[in-house]
Amino acid sequence: MDLRDTPDEAAFRADLRAWLEEHLPGELQGHRGGAARFDGPAMREWSRALYDAGYIGLTWPKEYGGGGAPYTHQAIFLEELARAEAPPHVGVIGLGMAGPTIMAHGTEEQKARYLAPILSAEEIWCQGFSEPGAGSDLAGVRTSARLEDGHFVVDGQKVWSSFAHLAHFCILLTRSDPDSSRHAGLTYLIVDMHAPGVEVRPLTQITGEAEFNEIFFTGVQVPADNLLGEVGGGWQVAMTTLLHERGTLGFALQAALEVQVRKLVSLARDRGADPLQRDRIAHEWSELQALRFTNARALSQLVKTGMPGPEGSISKLVWSEANQRVTKLALELLGPDAALGEENAPYAGYWQHQQLRSRGNTIEAGTSEILRNIVAERVLGLPKSR
Amino acid sequence: MDFTFTPEQDALREQAREFLAATPEPTWAQLAELGWTGVSIPEENGGAGLTFVEEAVLYEELGRAVYHGPFLSTFALALPALPDDLRAEVAAGEATWTLALGPLVTDLDTAERVAIVGGDGIYELEGAEREVLTTTDATRPLGVVRGGDAGRRLADSTVLPEVEARARAALAIEACGVARRALELALEYAASREQFGRRIGVYQAVSHPLADAYTQLELARSLALWAGWCVATGDAQAAIAAAAAKAYAADAAVGVCETAIQTLGGIGFTWEHVLHRLYKRSLGIQSLAGSGTRLRAGVAGSLLDGEQGIEDEGPVPVSISQGG
Repeated sequence: MDLRDTPDEAAFRADLRAWLEEHLPGELQGHRGGAARFDGPAMREWSRALYDAGYIGLTWPKEYGGGGAPYTHQAIFLEELARAEAPPHVGVIGLGMAGPTIMAHGTEEQKARYLAPILSAEEIWCQGFSEPGAGSDLAGVRTSARLEDGHFVVDGQKVWSSFAHLAHFCILLTRSDPDSSRHAGLTYLIVDMHAPGVEVRPLTQITGEAEFNEIFFTGVQVPADNLLGEVGGGWQVAMTTLLHERGTLGFALQAALEVQVRKLVSLARDRGADPLQRDRIAHEWSELQALRFTNARALSQLVKTGMPGPEGSISKLVWSEANQRVTKLALELLGPDAALGEENAPYAGYWQHQQLRSRGNTIEAGTSEILRNIVAERVLGLPKSR
Repeated sequence: MDFTFTPEQDALREQAREFLAATPEPTWAQLAELGWTGVSIPEENGGAGLTFVEEAVLYEELGRAVYHGPFLSTFALALPALPDDLRAEVAAGEATWTLALGPLVTDLDTAERVAIVGGDGIYELEGAEREVLTTTDATRPLGVVRGGDAGRRLADSTVLPEVEARARAALAIEACGVARRALELALEYAASREQFGRRIGVYQAVSHPLADAYTQLELARSLALWAGWCVATGDAQAAIAAAAAKAYAADAAVGVCETAIQTLGGIGFTWEHVLHRLYKRSLGIQSLAGSGTRLRAGVAGSLLDGEQGIEDEGPVPVSISQGG
């Protein structure tokens, strides 16, 4: 047990800090997140700069354009990016979900075609999993794919799809066997978002922004080569995607919470806090450290044994609820100013926006209810509830 | 960064768990024979020359077993104040100690010798009358001392911050051992007890509180091990880490035990089951070495008021007569 950086980790961290200091454009610092903010060319350029400096795909194998670096470097990268309040690479879905799924299930041709442009931010990806009738119960997917004359014809509707309005490709979970039900008969496809019959409609969310979208597919032709895995084997491929969604997220979330708690402390220093509020601030700081070291324990286990420790599965659950408490506490510290709209509020409405946005945290990427089921059944070994 | 235990540390944990399962009420001589009385004492003083991290493994397992004896008071409270020759006695299993940090003295029923804080020093208390009090947690009695004389001067009171950090880190880790056992008992029960024709663990009203209990425990353990590592390495954050860990882990242990009692229903509320002993230990941990609100006030002070370390009222001095 040694909680300090190794010499190699310390050197990587120092280089990265210096690089960020020099290259992070001022107008991108303090980026609040949200896909709408990824629209401009500045974000593409920033992503490309990160890629050119060798910081993207750190843990991807070298043969696919990655860095072949240990997971600890990726954790340090996410931590330092958040500490500098630098925005992430624009290809969040490609890097965290589509890329690892293609590496695990794709053909050599698919790997050669799709992986490199994800890293360089030339191609953006979105995810087409949830549907109006299939949310937490993903096996209820109804969007259909019929194999016809060497291509699939896709019809249906997907929802809650971040980046769909910018995306070049979608990882799409479809039902290829109309007589099947639940986990059987599903097929995983790569769909060109510019193909005829694909329509994207943004959804305005509680903050007034449109981070995610509905996607409508009407007779969309998808080449048979765009199949990922086997026809009818889509569920296994989708599980790989979700494993990576939750698996790689921990350090990014912890780093984001670190920024929130630091801002909360500075808010309390600026505007004062009563003893009860001080007690809650101390609690939130403590829980942040607890989350940090829980992630560190899971990561150390991963580095040593190739399997992350089970404690890592609580990361997203803990982060989402902590972020909701922290942002609410910040509004309380603002007093009557908390009621002001973003345009008139102190700190440019940062806390009002963050508090509203945080309500999504316990829903997106696995609701808290589903995550508690996962902990209960897979970590604690309790009997399955369904 | 490496946040895993070494194979030797894992082996120590395994040994401790097996031994305490077979020997729930070990004598001090048995602990000495296992080498547990000299874990963090330097080799030149007859100890094993290991660190607080190895000792932490034992605090966790002793908590799990709800051990009754002067281990915490000797190693987490008194040890930093003992000079080399007295450490050698402790390492050899020849002496146990407690340190009076307030009017209520920990492990006064079993600790042979008592150290007290007086003025700028820590002294051995000699010839005092002891009264052991009944406590909710019967496995860790507290007591009061009356009269007596300050004997040998053991250390400067400058070691007190180290004592505090050590005590808080040790209690935090012990709390995790208590909570782990309570959670395991609740999980075994939820996975086997049937009502309405199904095992009760299938009901989310039962399983989700258990998932939350696990979450609280893992968070607490991360903080406790961080604090333990800070104490072991003399890290600058030892004081704040230990305060945060103790506040968090004690609350987590109480919460986990309460969830376990609720999961077991009536039987968890009786003396027929071991749970009540775990619960009472967790309550005892909550009340020792600073309450959650007091510790968090200290954490808040260091975050918000720009102070170094954490605010603290410090130990309450016990009045003694000098000399002798």
